[in-house]
Amino acid sequence: MEGPSHRKYAGMVRLSIQTRQALAKLTLPVLIAASFGLMLLGKADALLAERARMALGDALAPIYAALARPLGVMHDRLLDATDLWNARAANMKLREENERLRRWQSIALALDAENQRLKANLYWVPENPPSFITARVVADAGGVYARAVLLSVGPNHGVRKGEIALDERGLVGRVTEVGARTARVLLLTDLNSRIPVILQNSRAHAILTGNNGPRPRLIYWAEGSPPQEGERVVTSSEAGAFPADLPVGTVHYTVSNVPEVVPSAALDRLEIVRIFDYGLSGLTAPEAQGRLPERRGR
Amino acid sequence: MARADQTPGMRPRQTLGRQLDVAARPAFPAVSTVALMLLAEAPFGFANQTAMLPAITLACVFFWSLVRPAAMPPPVVFLIGLLLDLLGYLPLGVGVLTLLVAHGVVVRWRPVLTRQSFPTVWLVFAGVSAGVAALTWALTALLSFRLFSAGPALFEAVLTVALYPALAVLCVRAHRTVADPDQA
Repeated sequence: MEGPSHRKYAGMVRLSIQTRQALAKLTLPVLIAASFGLMLLGKADALLAERARMALGDALAPIYAALARPLGVMHDRLLDATDLWNARAANMKLREENERLRRWQSIALALDAENQRLKANLYWVPENPPSFITARVVADAGGVYARAVLLSVGPNHGVRKGEIALDERGLVGRVTEVGARTARVLLLTDLNSRIPVILQNSRAHAILTGNNGPRPRLIYWAEGSPPQEGERVVTSSEAGAFPADLPVGTVHYTVSNVPEVVPSAALDRLEIVRIFDYGLSGLTAPEAQGRLPERRGR
Repeated sequence: MARADQTPGMRPRQTLGRQLDVAARPAFPAVSTVALMLLAEAPFGFANQTAMLPAITLACVFFWSLVRPAAMPPPVVFLIGLLLDLLGYLPLGVGVLTLLVAHGVVVRWRPVLTRQSFPTVWLVFAGVSAGVAALTWALTALLSFRLFSAGPALFEAVLTVALYPALAVLCVRAHRTVADPDQA
């Protein structure tokens, strides 16, 4: 690319007007050809684009993190204003819900006590609680044809590829790219997301596939146990990519009778996400830190 | 040159501020486009915010290619496209190609377009943005070996067209004031 522009610059002095115009006309076709070259390059070396993106994300994340607070306040004010309109209706609904939840709370407490007693009788060895870090979502990292978010994780974060992101309600997705102070999390709604799940009533296995829409679809469930409307869906530890029993969402059938899952996590307005290290190697080979990297001739 | 000869001794002094002013005015279109692109990615928390980035980028490149192609030459469009690819998570080269094609189309039609009224230009922009959305969709599908639904592409095109008048108002103002090299 340097050649033509150099010559053009020199042309200010020496080249005739005709030559200069011809060169100027040539710039666009040459650059269009270069863009095709760029596509081939991006296809041949996928890591190149990924590194460039994470470097750009690392550079921009502090700015967006600084902007997040004032923008968040602005956003909250707007929400407050709309909330005032329907405060009465919301109040009624919340009162009802509160009553229902109180009943559930007493049941949960009783079950918890029973669970503790049973575990004590079984000499249950408790699993180590997984380590996690909490990170702020600083940007939507999906673009038009993907669903992902960029997290600001701070330097020396220790986050690795394949770790699992949850918000306060349920599964968000998995870490796919890690930069110096940012991490990209592919949401479970993304077109490339495949998550092994268990339908909680029947304990049947299925696969949850993203479709870039708000509700991912269920496929490959066992023949005798179709997903039921409203059934809870949790992760399965099959294939070692996820720990068992993380809440994912509830089954909902579309008009055309396709089972979808309404995610528990608030995927359209993620603010704070926790990234858990369950120590799983899983399907995505984690980028080695403290592990021996696999040697592959590239 | 001619103006300077007509008013001898009235040329402003070449202070640092003035040199900066002279340098900043031609750079305004490219710099403002990049700034708007970065702003479009800020965490506002709108639904479908990701569609803003390609829409703003195309609108800016179209406007400046039409109004002042000298300040939006192909190499600058190339770099803006590269930034679009990286920020918008498009396959590398897709944003570059679509923006260059749009730029080429605008520059070719420029002699006719500059004499048209705003609604006509807007109509042409609608056509260009539909073409760009379709091309982006096709190239993304081709490069990732996967068929996407056309919904997002359609939404993208509609949003871009809807956003153009607002951006054009801002850009026209800038074009007549801060971005005008003659006022330096």
